[in-house]
Amino acid sequence: MSGVLLETHALRKEFGGLVANHDVDFVVPEGSIVSLIGPNGAGKTTFFNMLTGVYKPTAGRVFFAGEDMTGKPPHAYTQRGIGRTFQNIRLFQNMTALENVLVGMHTRLKGNLFEAILRTPRVRREETAARDRARELLDFCGLHRRAEIVGRNLSYGDQRRLEVARALATQPKLLLLDEPTAGMNPQETAEFTEFVAVLRAERGLAVLLIEHDMRVVMGVSDRVTVLDYGEKIAEGTPVEIQKDERVIEAYLGSGAVSA
Amino acid sequence: MRRRLGESWWRALSGAGLDQQRWRSWPAWTRRAIKATVALVAGLVLIALFGVWSSSALAIAAAVLVLVVPSWDRLRVGGRPVGKWIPGLAVLGIAVAYPYYLDSMPQMPVFGPFPAVSTMVVMAIFAMMAIGLNFVVGYAGLLDLGYVAFYAMGAYMAAWFASDQFSNKHINLGAVGLFPGWAGIHLTIWLVLPMAGIATAIVGVIIGLPTLRLRGDYLAIVTLGFGEIMPQVAQNGNDLFGFNLTNGTGGITPVDGPGFGNWAQANLHLLANYLNAGNFDAVFFWTALVLVLIAVFCSSRLRDSRLGRAWVAIREDETAAAAMGIPLMRTKTWAYATGAFFGGVAGAYYASYRSGTFPDDFKFNISVFILCMVILGGMGNIWGVIFGACFLAYLNQEGLANTGAWINAHFHSNIQVPNYEFGIYGVIIVLVMLFRPEGLIPSSRNAAELHEGVHDEPLYDVQQGGGLPEAAA
Repeated sequence: MSGVLLETHALRKEFGGLVANHDVDFVVPEGSIVSLIGPNGAGKTTFFNMLTGVYKPTAGRVFFAGEDMTGKPPHAYTQRGIGRTFQNIRLFQNMTALENVLVGMHTRLKGNLFEAILRTPRVRREETAARDRARELLDFCGLHRRAEIVGRNLSYGDQRRLEVARALATQPKLLLLDEPTAGMNPQETAEFTEFVAVLRAERGLAVLLIEHDMRVVMGVSDRVTVLDYGEKIAEGTPVEIQKDERVIEAYLGSGAVSA
Repeated sequence: MRRRLGESWWRALSGAGLDQQRWRSWPAWTRRAIKATVALVAGLVLIALFGVWSSSALAIAAAVLVLVVPSWDRLRVGGRPVGKWIPGLAVLGIAVAYPYYLDSMPQMPVFGPFPAVSTMVVMAIFAMMAIGLNFVVGYAGLLDLGYVAFYAMGAYMAAWFASDQFSNKHINLGAVGLFPGWAGIHLTIWLVLPMAGIATAIVGVIIGLPTLRLRGDYLAIVTLGFGEIMPQVAQNGNDLFGFNLTNGTGGITPVDGPGFGNWAQANLHLLANYLNAGNFDAVFFWTALVLVLIAVFCSSRLRDSRLGRAWVAIREDETAAAAMGIPLMRTKTWAYATGAFFGGVAGAYYASYRSGTFPDDFKFNISVFILCMVILGGMGNIWGVIFGACFLAYLNQEGLANTGAWINAHFHSNIQVPNYEFGIYGVIIVLVMLFRPEGLIPSSRNAAELHEGVHDEPLYDVQQGGGLPEAAA
């Protein structure tokens, strides 16, 4: 855990008069697992969208691996090494699982229009290698034998897994998971928590997690950041967060602490 | 509606002892054989009933059966999948030989004779345009209502570089069939075609850069605007700052025909000048077939490439595509430019075939016409698009007039059917949308989507410029 991978300075997002994120300072160290929690509507997903270039921040800056990424388009973030999944699954529903993963590899492949038409030996090699790698990734994410199934026909759990596989195909240094266990049963959730730990152990990935399930958050995170009404109200290790009065207040309402 | 029709169909069949389960249990080739036989027998009976019988109808039926029924794609010779090429090559062979056996073809009921070779040329040209538009609409999912602009650009490229238009210049590069004392720029058509394609692709990029930032309906409106601008410029371009660019409403004519020159004729048996050929239409038709083949080749290669996947991903979900590292603007612009390229080549070839370029040819309805071809045939599927293009181009050239003549002769009426052409195309499109929204020969991807509905909620806040990823780069 040497350097800082992702850093934000006073990141702010306003939608009209609504301040969705209020000057958030935030850090993800290399190879760490950081969770972002907060009540519904606290601005977690908005924050995520700013970290991936989908939203442009109203003010503040985003740094990734030391580079100022503020205002860059989404694909630039992906190229630098931020992969993400979506809260509401956004697979390419009419493409097969394999094709979904291949799309994820887009920035890591080089074949252009003319090479594709001529199907040069280089492109052919690249495609074969990409397909092999895509199958490995599918296996790694627990999607054996699902390669040729169209996204829409996969089960819910497999769709979630495929989203992760697709994000991993972009070869990220930082993986952003937006409520990955939403809709999973306790056993699937436990498996997924383990999977996240394996990701870090085997691939050296840093993971940033938005999550509601406290068992996941407390079980796997190195650090936890709490947002409420767009403001960062607490930050620390899981143990610290569990004792933090402002966090308890935000989740359970005022009076809960004194009672 | 479609579902109810299907249900009543199966209810009738199961009354006759054939329920859906039993049908499904049969091997695929048996089902194909039954379907094809039923359709062909119905066709033959119709031909007989309408009194246009000819024994060559049986030959057609036999050819269709041989092509459709066996599972050609399973055929392997020495471990190589040769079989999948057979139907395509056979269709190509049938098309190439068309001018030779056209005279012995039977008449079609109502529609009259099979299309003349000159009509086949136009059908092939429109097939090429439809393949081009399919890059934009079928692959990348960008609704383009101004495709005629590319057609016009290609046609004017031919008119500028292969006619007397710029009469103060005297440039001749391989052009054939010139009169002595020629003026203007005359390049050989073989050079003009790729030039037209490239110039049109550049125009596509120029149009695309500002417009492709928009989504859905907004993009359609702006492309519609460009589709209107182009013919206006053509119509009024006879005095652009004192320079006669397009010769205004009169158009530019004559445009040179293709040809390989005398040396090639003497040594390579290639035709010196198409315009002097006895089988004028046939040679234009064969050349058009070659162009269509090139378009099909590029289209199918690109479909299975990194770029093709990116196009489909953008069509499926722009936000997710961007998050997977696909540069939206650049990728869409490539789709636009590729589509424009083939539109331009087709336009230039058409100008050479008709020996003229006239601004009246580039009205908005042509854009809609080509779009109808893509929708009717099946967005995203090359064969569907070609079929749609051939069918509608045929209706436009001959079919409607023949049908009208038949109706008037049999009902003693006096209806000018071709006058209602766009009404008729409209009805066709409405029927297709009701009964087979994925098109007659759909791509496997689109079929499911159009039956179960689409979900693609935009996530970008357009106001904040989030939807314009390339803008900040």
